[in-house]
Formats: sequence, C-alpha cells, structure tokens
Amino acid sequence: MFVGPFVIGLVVFVYVPIVWSIYLSFFNAYNTVTPTEFVGAGNYLDMLRDPAFRSSLLTFVAFAVFIVPTTFVISLGAALLVARTRVMQSFFRSVFFLPTACSYVVAALIWKMSIFSGIRSGLANAVLGWFGIDSVPWLSLADPPWYWLVIVTARLWLQVGFYMILFLAGIQRISPTLYEAAAIDGAEGWKVFRHITFPQLRATSTAVLLLLLVNAFQAFDEFYNILSTFGTYPPYARPPLVYLYYTALGSGQDFGHGSAGAVILTLIIAIVAVVQGRVLRLGDRGE
Amino acid sequence: MAIVRSRKQSRLVGWARYSALVVAALLFLVPFYLLVRSAFMREQDLGSPDFHWLPPVWETSNLTGLFDNPAIPMARSLLNSGLIAVTQTVGVLVISGLAGYGLARIPYRWSNTVFYSIVATLLIPAAVTFVPSFVLVSTLGWISTLRGLIIPGLFQALATFLFRQFFLGFPKEIEEAAFIDGLGYWGTFWRIVVPNSLGFVAAIGTITFIGTWNAFLWPLVIGRDQESWTVQIALSTFLTAQSVQVSQLFMAALVAIFPLLLMFLFLQRWIVEGVERTGIAGD
Repeated sequence: MFVGPFVIGLVVFVYVPIVWSIYLSFFNAYNTVTPTEFVGAGNYLDMLRDPAFRSSLLTFVAFAVFIVPTTFVISLGAALLVARTRVMQSFFRSVFFLPTACSYVVAALIWKMSIFSGIRSGLANAVLGWFGIDSVPWLSLADPPWYWLVIVTARLWLQVGFYMILFLAGIQRISPTLYEAAAIDGAEGWKVFRHITFPQLRATSTAVLLLLLVNAFQAFDEFYNILSTFGTYPPYARPPLVYLYYTALGSGQDFGHGSAGAVILTLIIAIVAVVQGRVLRLGDRGE
Repeated sequence: MAIVRSRKQSRLVGWARYSALVVAALLFLVPFYLLVRSAFMREQDLGSPDFHWLPPVWETSNLTGLFDNPAIPMARSLLNSGLIAVTQTVGVLVISGLAGYGLARIPYRWSNTVFYSIVATLLIPAAVTFVPSFVLVSTLGWISTLRGLIIPGLFQALATFLFRQFFLGFPKEIEEAAFIDGLGYWGTFWRIVVPNSLGFVAAIGTITFIGTWNAFLWPLVIGRDQESWTVQIALSTFLTAQSVQVSQLFMAALVAIFPLLLMFLFLQRWIVEGVERTGIAGD
C-alpha cells in the first residue's frame, strides 16, 4: 500500500525498458520492437566504429571543458558576493536565481533570435557595432565555431542561479567560530577564502562538479533549439543525446543501434558517477 | 594609522563588491528585458538594422494574434502543459511520499533491496534512457497521448529517496502517540505526518512542477501530434521553423514563462529549499 505503487511503476517504466533495450541492442531492429534477426555485438561495434558517435562524445568533452569550470567559478563567485552583501541581499539572490524559471527553449529563443541573431540589431552585434566592429554571423557558420559561445552562455545563464543556491547553503553551514578564529589570527580576504571557506565547501563543490558533469552529458535542449533550423540539424556539434535522438527516432527508427547507443551512454555515465563517488569518499578518508 | 588604512581599504572592497554585484545582476536581467521588449515590438522594428532600447510602438496585438494563429496551438499547448505539470506533481508527491514513508518506517522484508534499486536508479539520468522508454510507450500505444506524457514520469527515484531521508528524521514520538490512539500506519501518515511536513512537500512539489513545465526531450519524443504538444514543444516548433512572426514568437515565450514567474514571485522560499534538497542529495 505504501511502497507497492512506486515499486511497480519503477519496474514497469524504468527496469523493463532498460532490460528490453539491452535485448534490442543485440538485434537488427529497424522500425520494430520485436526483432528476429540476432546480430550479436554487431550494433555495439557499429556504434563504436561510427565516427559520428565518437565525435558526439568529443562534442560532449569540448562542451564540458567550457561549461563545467565556468559555471562552477561564476556560481561560487556569485554565492560569495551575495553572502557578504547586507544591502538588498534577497534581491540579488532572486535576480541570479530567476533564470531557473526559464526553460531551455525560451532561453534558446532569446539567445538565437535576439542576443546572437546574425543581424545588426541583435544585441551582441549592436554592442560590437558601438565599438566599430563588424557584425558576426554567430550561428550560421561552422567555422569559426562562434556557436559555442551562444550555447555555453545560454546554459550558463540558466544554471548559475541553481548552483549559487547550493553554494550559499554550503556557506551558511560554515561555523562562524572559524571566521572569528581567522580574524584573531589576522587573516582576511583571499586568505580566509583559501584556508576556510573553500575547504569547508568541499562536499558542496564535489556535488556541484558531479551535477555539472552529468547535466552536461545530457545536454540536448539548447543544442536542438539553437542549432536546428527549418527542422534540420547541422552535421557538426551533435552531443550524445542529439546523436542518439536522430539515430533512434529520426527517419530510420533504428532501435537496435539506438539501444546499443543508449546502453553505452548509460554505462559511461554510471561509471563516471561511481568513480566520482569513490574519489569523494577516498578524499574524505584522507582528512 | 594601520587601522584607519584598513578601514578605508575594506570600504573600498565593499564598494567593489557591490559594483560587481550590480553589474552582474544587470547582465542577468538583460535576457528578460529583451524578451519583454521584443514581445511588444512590431515586426518591422524587430527586423530593422538599428537596435531599439524600447519598442518605438508598443504592439499589444502580438498577444491577441498569438491565440488566433493556427500555426501555433497556444491555448491547447498551455492546457496540456498545465494538466501534465499538475497531475505529475501531485502524482509524484503521493507516490514518492508514500513509498518514502514506507521505506523509512515500515519494516518490510524487501526494504533493503528496494532501497538499493532506488539508489542504483539515481546513477542513471532519465534522459539517457529515452530510447528504451520510447520503445515501451510506443508498444503500449501511448504515443501522442497525455498518458504517455504523464505516467512514465510519475515514478521518481530521487523524490522517493528524498522523502525517505526526510521521514527518517521525522520525530518518532509524535507518530508513536498517534499509533497509541489506534491510527495505524495509513492514518498516522495522512493525519499526522503529512500535515507536519507541508514545507518539505512544498519544496519537492515546486521543483517537480518547474521541471515538468520546462521539460523538453520527453514531450518532444512522445508528443508527435499537435494535439499533444506541450507549450515547450509548440514554442520549439515555432522557433526552429524560422517563422516570419518573430515578435509573436517572443510573446509566446513570455506567455509560456509567465506561470513560473508568478511561482517565483510567491513561492520562491520553497523553490530555494527544493533546490537545496535535490541538489545535494548525494551528500
């Protein structure tokens, strides 16, 4: 009566699909979910050999290299600034947090059609124009890859407030006596941050890094909405889920390869989570 | 002397900090400003090569025209989003609340197995398994139905995990008193535990509502027919089709985030708590 409904739902809607998918991944399953032609590890080998699949993993790495450190630093910085401000503290907190209400679709729209629209009245080009710099076609060219700036800043704006809240909660948990002791020792500014605040935020920092990484791995919404035009997505800048979406649910409905891809991605993310959990725990033991 | 200098210095640092905050806050508000400005601009002003700080003419017909535009089923998609977000939020709260309480308080034989299977599920983000879920939902014949959009999202391992942790910390004495009065687990849960946990319920509820309202990948995969579009899918279709009516597109986006902006205005406290609870679940 208590746990039953949840367990049944979890089995039917999470475990059954995963098991079914593992089964499908060993079959030739174009347009069918009850395949008959067994292909063994063929789908997996195809996926690993497919340059498009490998490049989707590279796209994720490139994206993570941009987004993880910038979000981490900016949200920590915002939390530190907000935590030290007495005047209008809740106003500033709300301003940074407000974009969390926005969906990726809405942010993509503002970024694509207003800030980074290729025309001269787009905000980014208007600002460049005030300094006498020519307009930049932010999204229509593959090279130079200006689209990265568009995609990274959109996610940054959406996510900073969320992680700032986590850091703020962490900062509030730090005992004031630590700061008093530091003040008596004459430490201030950067030294206090370096020796007290940052070490005390270790658990929060690790959780934030893991969340940032896992969320970057699942990036789909802003790539899809910013980069696809007239219903077609360019052949470059396809992160794993975008690649999977077009493989499994595009015109081909290739569930065999799609399932193999899903299994590979799930394994990667589970391994990352477990490894990171281990590293965290090992680190704690070291203290 | 040294004290005076350091006081001056700290005042300087204070001003620098404050200016940095103001500049950053303005930058964060720019996209909202552009959204509102563009939603009330005329099409020809949006397309003109000059940047306008304010609409030269405030165009309100973007709003009325939006609901008459057959290319974007705005009313229907808002209704769908509302229905999905409300039922999903209530469903998750009831299902995960019950399960979390059961796991925290009732000694089942399989409690540990269930708990570890939940933790294992937490490692796998739902988005990565959208292909398997799509396969199941299409086999059930639930493509382009509200059932298909709502039911698979009702069983949230994270929410159940959080409810379990929360109920483990619930004061046992209160429950024991209720038990002595003969309420049993069911009665104790609904009459004693839930009324005393409304803050936590609000935190999980608001976060679930926001996540569902803003969800994109699953509604994109399942909502194939126009009748089953959520407002995010309607917007996205309008956006990626590069439709000519850009100002109307901005108005549509403004309408789409309006309910959540209201929530932020009135329920921010619970949303913040929800973020804190869900974000650091790994601790």
